[in-house]
Amino acid sequence: MIQMRETAMLRLLARLGAGLSVLSFSAAAFAQEAATKAAPVPNPGNNAWMMTSTLLVLMMILPGLALFYGGLTRSKNMLSTMTQIGAVACLAMLIWVMWGYTMAFGDGGNGFISGFGKAFLHGVTPASTAATFTSEVISEYVFICFQMTFAAITVALVLGSVVERMKFSAVMVFATVWLTIVYFPIAHMVWASGGFLFEGKMFGTDLPAALDFAGGTVVHINAGVSALVAALILGKRKGYPSEPMPPHSLTLTMVGAGLLWVGWFGFNAGSALEADGSAGLAMINTFVATASAGLFWMLTERVMGHKGSALGFASGMIAGLVAVTPAAGNSGPFGAIILGAVASVVCYFAVSKLKPALGYDDALDAFGVHGIGGMIGAIGTGIVYAPIFGGPGDGSVGIGAQVATQIIAVVVAIVWAAVGTIIATYIAKLLTGLRVSPEVEQEGLDIGEHGERAYN
Amino acid sequence: MASVKYIIAVIKPFKLDEVREALAGVGVAGMTVSEVKGFGRQKGQTEIYRGAEYSTNMLPKVKIEVAVADAIAAQVVEAISETANTGSIGDGKIFVFDLATATRIRTGETGEDAL
Repeated sequence: MIQMRETAMLRLLARLGAGLSVLSFSAAAFAQEAATKAAPVPNPGNNAWMMTSTLLVLMMILPGLALFYGGLTRSKNMLSTMTQIGAVACLAMLIWVMWGYTMAFGDGGNGFISGFGKAFLHGVTPASTAATFTSEVISEYVFICFQMTFAAITVALVLGSVVERMKFSAVMVFATVWLTIVYFPIAHMVWASGGFLFEGKMFGTDLPAALDFAGGTVVHINAGVSALVAALILGKRKGYPSEPMPPHSLTLTMVGAGLLWVGWFGFNAGSALEADGSAGLAMINTFVATASAGLFWMLTERVMGHKGSALGFASGMIAGLVAVTPAAGNSGPFGAIILGAVASVVCYFAVSKLKPALGYDDALDAFGVHGIGGMIGAIGTGIVYAPIFGGPGDGSVGIGAQVATQIIAVVVAIVWAAVGTIIATYIAKLLTGLRVSPEVEQEGLDIGEHGERAYN
Repeated sequence: MASVKYIIAVIKPFKLDEVREALAGVGVAGMTVSEVKGFGRQKGQTEIYRGAEYSTNMLPKVKIEVAVADAIAAQVVEAISETANTGSIGDGKIFVFDLATATRIRTGETGEDAL
């Protein structure tokens, strides 16, 4: 309240100063200087765009991801899949305001986590602001909400590999520990000032800062690798891979994929933190990379002697969206098209060849699409950023150096996510048993865990 | 009592309407149709989801059952085999049986009168 009053007074002062400027230039200059130094005021346009973006990301989770993943499961596990996604997202929101935000974006701390000064949002008021990438600011509450939805969707993405067999209680314990020891530190390292990868010069080198516009590393590599590790610890679904487990509704999967694409504009263009040209660049890239990737997956299917499929189209779209995430504001549109195409083709082989060859049961291909697509995107961003490829970089950093940084960021994320996931999964196992009984797995988690059926 | 034939034909589902019209044309007054699954020379089909191949060895077909007077049985078989023929494998089969009795439940009529 006190801060609000001060801001209002400063605004008044600034206006007074501007009004008096006809009479006295020095008085105006003095008042304006006082206003800029003390409290930058958020532009309502930027705030409005960031509020919109935040809700678009929420829509990616519910109903977007819930339908996308739900349609891919067997009908007996539809509700379980959607409920787990919704529940971990809600849990992430509560944890975010308690200790997540301060760990990722609080004041102080070190290269790996921030200080705990903003635990329970201590000191945040409607007048508080968060910096953007220019001299503008946005309201801190809006920034907190925007970043909150990122934490929520990332932990929900991890579930793609473990659905149809992991207990609901285990999912909740896992999510609590995983967010705390994996997501918040990685978000801090990559996105927060003071973060290990945000600042560059890792390990005493001269390397530039890591580029991750909207979360290729923080969200997708992180979720994908964690999904793979959790699936390996949890084990395969009963009957996998000998029993057929076709998706129960590709219609819903397609609806979910469409919602994810629309929501992704909040995710990517919102990550500019302003409604500016950088957001516009992220927006066009989120269109063209996805379009390219959707078609290239189907093309790959044809080249491999199969029919171009609806699931292939949807999977390609997601692979493209994942790959363009780190590159959204860091690539030109044609770099994004190439990036989407490459990610789509590589992800195709990851899910249809690599997974069967290695035999792990990543049920909905969280690793194959988000992990692999994220790595292609993160490393590719180092290339397409360069002005020679039409990227927005100023050319002051060599492609080699930028790619080296990107690879370091990828490796750090892989190692951190893997170790953290092992810890989180074993804690969940200790407390809950981790996996449903064979009877429940056979009957379906909808009945066994929630006492309902999706379809009657 | 004149004898009655019972004819079962298994055909490709998209041919049902044509066959029904052709049978009406030769004087068939009623039929029973069911959606069935099975396999013959056509074997099954393969579904692929993100590279995971599932072969289904049963294909959807339509089964038509009609009871007809002896006199038109040959025409019925001919009408079905002409209209349901696409020339490719999986066109189906026609089976003809002698029918012991036929009874119309409402009136108690039997034999040809029941058709």
